[in-house]
Amino acid sequence: MWKSRVLALLILLAGLGVGYFDYSSQHGTSRFTNFPFRLGLDLSGGSHLVYEADTAAISTADIPEAMNALRGVIERRVNLFGVAEPIVQVEGGGLAGEGVRRLIVELPGVTDVNAAVALINKTPNLEFKTERPAGPEKDRITAAWKAAQDKVLAGVPVDQESNPLLKENPNYRDTPLTGRFLKRAQVTFNQNAISPSVSIEFNGEGTKLFADMTKANVGKRIAIYLDGVAISEPTVNEEIRDGRAEISGQFNLDDAKQLTRDLNLGALPVPITLVSTQTIGASLGEDAVTKGVRAGFFGLLAIMIFLIIWYRVPGLLASLALGIYTALVLAIFKLIPVTLTSAGIAGFILSLGIAVDANVLIFERMKEELRSGKELGEAIEDGFKRAWLSIRDSNISSLITAVILFWFGESLIEGFALTFALGVIISLFSAIVVTRVLLRATGIKRSNAVTRFFFSSGIFKQ
Amino acid sequence: MIIVKYRFIFLSIAALMVLVSWGTIGYWGLNLGIDFTGGSVLEVSYPASRPDIATVKSALTSINRDDVSVQPLGDDSYLMRAKTISVADKDTIVTAISASGTPATVKRFDSIGPSIGAELGTKALLAIGIVLLLIIAYIAFAFRKVTRPVASWKYGLAAIIALAHDISIPTGLFAYLGHVRGTEVNALFLTALLAILGLSVSDTIVVFDRIRENLQKRVVNNFMDMVGVSLNQTFIRSLNTSLTILVALCSVYFFGGESTKDFALALIVGMAAGTYSSIFIASPLLVLFSGERKKA
Repeated sequence: MWKSRVLALLILLAGLGVGYFDYSSQHGTSRFTNFPFRLGLDLSGGSHLVYEADTAAISTADIPEAMNALRGVIERRVNLFGVAEPIVQVEGGGLAGEGVRRLIVELPGVTDVNAAVALINKTPNLEFKTERPAGPEKDRITAAWKAAQDKVLAGVPVDQESNPLLKENPNYRDTPLTGRFLKRAQVTFNQNAISPSVSIEFNGEGTKLFADMTKANVGKRIAIYLDGVAISEPTVNEEIRDGRAEISGQFNLDDAKQLTRDLNLGALPVPITLVSTQTIGASLGEDAVTKGVRAGFFGLLAIMIFLIIWYRVPGLLASLALGIYTALVLAIFKLIPVTLTSAGIAGFILSLGIAVDANVLIFERMKEELRSGKELGEAIEDGFKRAWLSIRDSNISSLITAVILFWFGESLIEGFALTFALGVIISLFSAIVVTRVLLRATGIKRSNAVTRFFFSSGIFKQ
Repeated sequence: MIIVKYRFIFLSIAALMVLVSWGTIGYWGLNLGIDFTGGSVLEVSYPASRPDIATVKSALTSINRDDVSVQPLGDDSYLMRAKTISVADKDTIVTAISASGTPATVKRFDSIGPSIGAELGTKALLAIGIVLLLIIAYIAFAFRKVTRPVASWKYGLAAIIALAHDISIPTGLFAYLGHVRGTEVNALFLTALLAILGLSVSDTIVVFDRIRENLQKRVVNNFMDMVGVSLNQTFIRSLNTSLTILVALCSVYFFGGESTKDFALALIVGMAAGTYSSIFIASPLLVLFSGERKKA
């Protein structure tokens, strides 16, 4: 008897403690501020971008690796944006979406979707070109350029598309060596120069290409182009076999750093196209949070009032258990952390209604046991025991639904499924364990007129 | 028990409701949102003062975007839809409609590719199918020891028929709402349908559980009375549970945000249908399956 009272007291205190944690972690001055609710895009505002990856050129076995590399590159680019907790994830098509690989980018707080798209698409294009040997081809291109120049000087517009020769550079020609073969780039300071330079290191294949290229062009110049502009035209002194080169344009430190970063981020391993964008303004999200909290509060209050009016003392205890349930679920949302969306909040409020289902089952059962002539103490214990099978079966079917919903893979629906499933599991604990401990702690074993009134149910006297 | 005795009346009411729902779905069809069809939605608000709709429309005409439909939303916003609005188009549009001296701010901009939309539809049907299958399997398993007088898989079948009723009615309502006030069926509506499946079946299972228990205890001799007694015993519980869930959902509907209003409505209607089906459809169907003809 005293044991169960101490236990009940402990549970109530623990519930209060968890409730305090929920409350204080929402306020700036507390030491729990590392545990805020994590809000989904629809609540915090932000951008949700979906890219479709073109994996046609990649063999099936290499796709997962290529997609991972893609994710890595995009993640680094997105991190440059400086938003808190960006999400970059690969979606394998999943259910019914066979073969289509997607990349999902979520940028909380970013409502300027143009800037985000531009940043993600930014690809530095590094090219190495060699001198064009003298010959008829070079003469033709030079002549074409000269003719075009004369025209421009005479005020006649020139369409570069009209003459393919105008797309060629008279002095340099393309080589297969590009930024794709880069292993890493870094800023270096050369003692002989005032400005910093960027040193680059090629990967295996790039090293070979570079060695061949330098061997064939000793004494000649190589041009290094960045995004179509020549930034450096060094002369080759000897064959370079170690795959290292230095770009010494007229960089200032910031330029050199920027170039290094862009080069390291590299070209995308898989081409992507934007197929879907969603942007939610911050005001819309704020409104949804306020209203969600309000709905939760009124929902909880209404359920408690109903329980107390209908089930009296057990209803009051179930309300306490529901309070503990709320505190626990919110704490778990913070600790995991679960990303809350507006649908997730609705799922949580719905789970408040479902959470008391187990209690309702138990109390109805208790009443039947009482009616069959059992003493109150025995009726309580039997009520819990007999209701268990129903509680188990009905909750398992809810969980099945939640798992399928989660598997669905839409972030909006996932939010709902997760809060719903957590609610079902935790409600089993609150409705069964907590309520039982609290009921035992009342210490009522025998029935008399008073206890019969307080433990029966309904609006009318039975 | 009145429910078992007049089972044909209750079953007929349900059948009528389902037929009406199917009728509205067949006649008006569902107003599918861009989640399913692909397309673009742009929601802008005018915090200072909202220009009238004609101004906005002529601004759109001036940039050759007559394909963008405009509809007022709330007190200070407009909702615009088009087949495609690219990220760059969005800026052009916002600039154009802000030109008359009333700056517009973007509240929401969604642009969903048609392939993604089509995929959601397939996924949805698949998910509903899988949920139904798993539920029938679970019920058949949980009731495997109960074979007389009704085979355990028939409990699953009865539950599934009840579920079909539960999702038909909110879908029918949304077909109607889509017609009269343009309510869209989106991913959240699907979530509501799936949640209804879960909630309603758990309600049905509680009644079945009682039938199973009473069968083992041989409370009464014939199956029809057994179902009647079981329904009697679980009736209050079914109503009370539904009531608490409905209370929670009404709170979401009345106090919650705009984005979850229709979601809550679908759940409320589905939940009400689910409660009806657990009591008035699933168990009476069992009696029907048992083949007993005796009047209760």
